[in-house]
Amino acid sequence: MGNYLLRRLILALPSLLGISLILFVLLALAPGDPFGELATNPNIPPEVREALRMKFGIDDPILVRYLRWLVAMLHGDWGFSFASRIDVDRLILQRIPTTLYVVGTAQLLALAVALPVGTYAAMRPYSIFDQLANTFAFIGFSLPTFFTGLLLILIFSVNLGWLPFVYRVDIAATGWHWYWENIKQAIMPITVLGLFQAASYTRYVRSAVLDVIRLDYVTTARSKGLDESKVIVKHVVRNALIPVVTLVALQMPTVFGGAIITEQIFRIPGIGSLLISAILANDTPVIMAVTFVFACLVVLFNLLADIIYGWLDPRISYR
Amino acid sequence: MAAISVVVLALLALSILVGPLLWRVAINDIDFTARLSPPSWEHPFGTDDLGQDLLARMLYGGRISLAVGFAAMAVAMFVGTLIGAVAGISRGSIDAALMWVTDLFLSLPQLPLLLLVIYLFRDILKGLVGPEGGVFILIVLVIGGFRWMPVARLVRAQFLSLREKEFVEAARALGASNLRLVVRHILPNALGPVIVAGTIDVAAAIIAESTLSFLGLGFPPDIPTWGRLLFDAKDYLDIAPHWALFAGGAIFLTVISINFIGDGLRDALDPRKVM
Repeated sequence: MGNYLLRRLILALPSLLGISLILFVLLALAPGDPFGELATNPNIPPEVREALRMKFGIDDPILVRYLRWLVAMLHGDWGFSFASRIDVDRLILQRIPTTLYVVGTAQLLALAVALPVGTYAAMRPYSIFDQLANTFAFIGFSLPTFFTGLLLILIFSVNLGWLPFVYRVDIAATGWHWYWENIKQAIMPITVLGLFQAASYTRYVRSAVLDVIRLDYVTTARSKGLDESKVIVKHVVRNALIPVVTLVALQMPTVFGGAIITEQIFRIPGIGSLLISAILANDTPVIMAVTFVFACLVVLFNLLADIIYGWLDPRISYR
Repeated sequence: MAAISVVVLALLALSILVGPLLWRVAINDIDFTARLSPPSWEHPFGTDDLGQDLLARMLYGGRISLAVGFAAMAVAMFVGTLIGAVAGISRGSIDAALMWVTDLFLSLPQLPLLLLVIYLFRDILKGLVGPEGGVFILIVLVIGGFRWMPVARLVRAQFLSLREKEFVEAARALGASNLRLVVRHILPNALGPVIVAGTIDVAAAIIAESTLSFLGLGFPPDIPTWGRLLFDAKDYLDIAPHWALFAGGAIFLTVISINFIGDGLRDALDPRKVM
């Protein structure tokens, strides 16, 4: 298992490098000068501008600049935010726990809905339950998250007044009350994100279980006299999960995209809303860093999927 | 469901195409006496915060949303088919490299990169082809450029199985060149699942465009795409919910009917048999 993990980790490196190269080339190809603001500032004499350009090596060949940027990123020197006036890495570290909390809880909710519903639907294909689940899944992933978010705000905040629609970090309360307020404000974003993912996961789980449930070994398990719940949980679902894990890992970019939208709707102070505000404020170092962090998170979750493969099917980790 | 969806989508497309000819209200007709009014006979879909008629704006925005959807799908299909075909017909290192690039693109965080590319290149294209055309081309290219990977994988998988079939071997024995083999013999047989994937891509592209507009980073404010309408409507949810509901409902109806059509096509063609 350790050997397998190490191999996957090494395989993840080239894709991280590739992503960073794509990011850097995009930035280098783009028009506009990172020092454009300095160039128009009359308080900075041309000699100082030239010296700054020399210092940051703007006129060097692109490969040299890429290597230098990469080394700086690895050293943890991520630059300085023009808009917030603090280091980019500190800014991101402040914001990232909120994003991970929202995305992680939403994923758990999605799986908690999709696994039982998808499995039950596949156990009784074309029954009324299956058709209902299928219809709801279709509605679920055809409703864009920005629309469901607004709908929930309209129903639960505006009409009913039950839940707050602005996410706040500084809740002026202590003890149980603080927890209660925190749960209340997280319900809507997590539901929006979780149910959207649950819709597509349900379909994956259903078709994966349907593929497995007719195989001979399942019939064997049944004829051995195992009870149905054991057959389903231990024999069917475990094997059906392998393709599901692949599809869930492939969904990760979409998941983080959804997180950006939900953070923006509910004003959650995570890295997604940081990205949007950085784009609106032309804060290039922050934009680059947040995009790269998103890429790293996607690669990280793909690694996690690889670990889950190894656990679900031990044969994979010996190959 | 698929049949109903075709009818719904056709009705939507028809009303978007013919609607502006019948409903002759300008999209930027400002009327402050009718601000944020709910649906009425005069304004069937109500009005927005400047008193502009929402039906007219929805019809206009629908043209753009659907055009972006189909154009981005065409880009994704073209790039995907090209890469998948080249990877599928050539063995060895070219295949491996192309598939590595495909996997790399699959693990890119798409929305952040979409935002990044639009942020970086918006001004240059605006200067080249004007604000509307520039943003349209950029959005179509970028959405298409981030959605070709599933198509490429599908096409490659099809090619791998088809190129070993007897009819291809027969054509090769007759002296057909590689290009002719691909274009005349393999590609037409590989298109079924690609069309299914393309259908779903239209829905995904419409959602992507609405997302960008919803974040305020898509089309300029004077072009009312459906996502832009939602973006403007979200600050008036409490006093004018009809505004958000009509725009969001239109996106939802379009996307769900396209998804149902894709599902129906998949059942009809059943790509699993070939894969």
